[in-house]
Amino acid sequence: MTNKSTDKFRVNFGPQHPAAHGVLRLILDLDGEVVERVEPHIGLLHRGTEKLIENKTYLQALPYFDRLDYVAPMNQEHAFTLAVESLLDVIVPKRAQYIRVLYSEIGRILSHMINVPAQALDVGALTPTLWGWEEREKLMVFYERACGSRLHAAYFRTGGVHQDLEDSLIEDIYNFCDPFLNVLDDLENLLTENRIFKQRNVDIGIVTKQDVLDWGLTGVMARGSGYHWDLRKTQPYECYEELDFQIPVGKTGDNYDRYLVRVEECRQSISIMKQVINKMTPGPIISEDKKVAPPKRADMKSSMEALIHHFKLYTEGYDVGPGDVYRAIEAPKGEFGVYLISDGTNKPYRCKIRAPGFAHLQSIDYLGKGHLLPDLSAILGSLDLVFGEVDR
Amino acid sequence: MFIRKDHYELLEDLKSHSAISSLVIKHEVSAGDLSIYVSNDDIYDVLKILKDDDIFLFSQLTDLCGVDWPENEIRFEVVYNLLSMSNNARIRVKSLTDDKDNIQSICKLFPCAEWYEREAFDLFGINFVGNKDLRRILTDYGFEGHPLRKDFPLTGYVEVRYDDDKKRIIYEPVDLKQEFRSFDFESPWEGVKYPDDNLDSENLDDK
Repeated sequence: MTNKSTDKFRVNFGPQHPAAHGVLRLILDLDGEVVERVEPHIGLLHRGTEKLIENKTYLQALPYFDRLDYVAPMNQEHAFTLAVESLLDVIVPKRAQYIRVLYSEIGRILSHMINVPAQALDVGALTPTLWGWEEREKLMVFYERACGSRLHAAYFRTGGVHQDLEDSLIEDIYNFCDPFLNVLDDLENLLTENRIFKQRNVDIGIVTKQDVLDWGLTGVMARGSGYHWDLRKTQPYECYEELDFQIPVGKTGDNYDRYLVRVEECRQSISIMKQVINKMTPGPIISEDKKVAPPKRADMKSSMEALIHHFKLYTEGYDVGPGDVYRAIEAPKGEFGVYLISDGTNKPYRCKIRAPGFAHLQSIDYLGKGHLLPDLSAILGSLDLVFGEVDR
Repeated sequence: MFIRKDHYELLEDLKSHSAISSLVIKHEVSAGDLSIYVSNDDIYDVLKILKDDDIFLFSQLTDLCGVDWPENEIRFEVVYNLLSMSNNARIRVKSLTDDKDNIQSICKLFPCAEWYEREAFDLFGINFVGNKDLRRILTDYGFEGHPLRKDFPLTGYVEVRYDDDKKRIIYEPVDLKQEFRSFDFESPWEGVKYPDDNLDSENLDDK
């Protein structure tokens, strides 16, 4: 290849490009087909979520979290409710914990069922996308049956969840589990040993252990590089401590390892879902603390106090004592954290959202340098970006 | 297998480390999270010790964010959330600064700080000395002001629409069709303050 200065040029990738997975604009400096520099321009989906949350009560702030990583909405809600609960010192009933874990794992599969096929699509395979979306559709029906909405759930509450699950729904979720493993097998049959898929992903976008530390990479990006680090195990929250599951870990930290880790995580999630369903017993689904959780509709017909509590909760909300807290969960994409400062009123004083995608995208200049232009879209696919959370 | 280092142990470590204990102004524990306050001149040194010293090994910067306290003399606070995977511990480091008083960039220690610092600059106007690429990151091209400051209105100043006559997108001052409603959540029975109230309002304040 000739290396004349005339071969160098600058390309605008996006903001509307199918391989950008959303509204991402990349300014690429190319030497022929070799990428020399990647400059991401983000913020095209910036909605000022943090500012809006500062102006809302804690309950009103919750739905904004669905709109961050909109392919796995309830996982985000989870981080926020955990942060508020630890400031308030609310105890979450066991059944609510199981429901939350169940839906967090559904969220993980929802996210991986978009990312894994999308990564395949980025290197030219269309079929997995169709299969992935089909499974997602089934899972979103479970979302809808729990909370009435396919995507923007607003289901978790401080102290529990909004509504109880019907037995038929739990049964249907259980019946989903085993057939889904067959779909995963089919998916792996298509991709794992596929010559083209491996050529495009093995040894592409290698992340070393030091890179993980330097660039603040978390989740699959860290595990793909060999870190045995999963917040569900290392800093357990909710009831993950009592559940039995494995953390898949990669070796080389390339795109291919990250793909393998994600597929295996789906299998582990299915195992967690089954365990949780087996452990679930009837019981309360939200805290008994009447200052935080709304009263039952039936009580409001007979009890004046219940009526007052209901009115106060849905107008004024609840005051959260002063303090600050950082709570992180293992979201499908990595460590999703909420840093909350409360000044003792009914609104958060500051709510900083730590989105994993923000850190991951930042490393694209480092990871993409020296790769060919078509590899860049493969790397982008394996970073698992959703611009709802990157831009906030 | 996964033992966490809690804030008691961390505090012991901090006290036993002479170089860092002399730089820490004060510490706070909230909901089990340990925060330490350091002067903005020392932030780089403190984070370097926390990152490299064998007893701390806070080798990952989880998050960096600004906080606005407009009534304070030194207006902004920069909060660094650090994670140590080897010790399984988290710590928060806080430092005060204002938009003239500068704070040292930590990009050299943690390359991922670059975007976080850009974000804090964009949203608060905090100036990080040593960050080579301190541009806006989240807001629109040509945006003016720092939106997460408390004195920046929630509705912003400009709105965007497509103009059918000019056949292009135009920016206009915000024109709200309905006045922005700010609710006073203070209950009329508790703690409300009237202008010429000769009652001691604090005595009424017990909820």
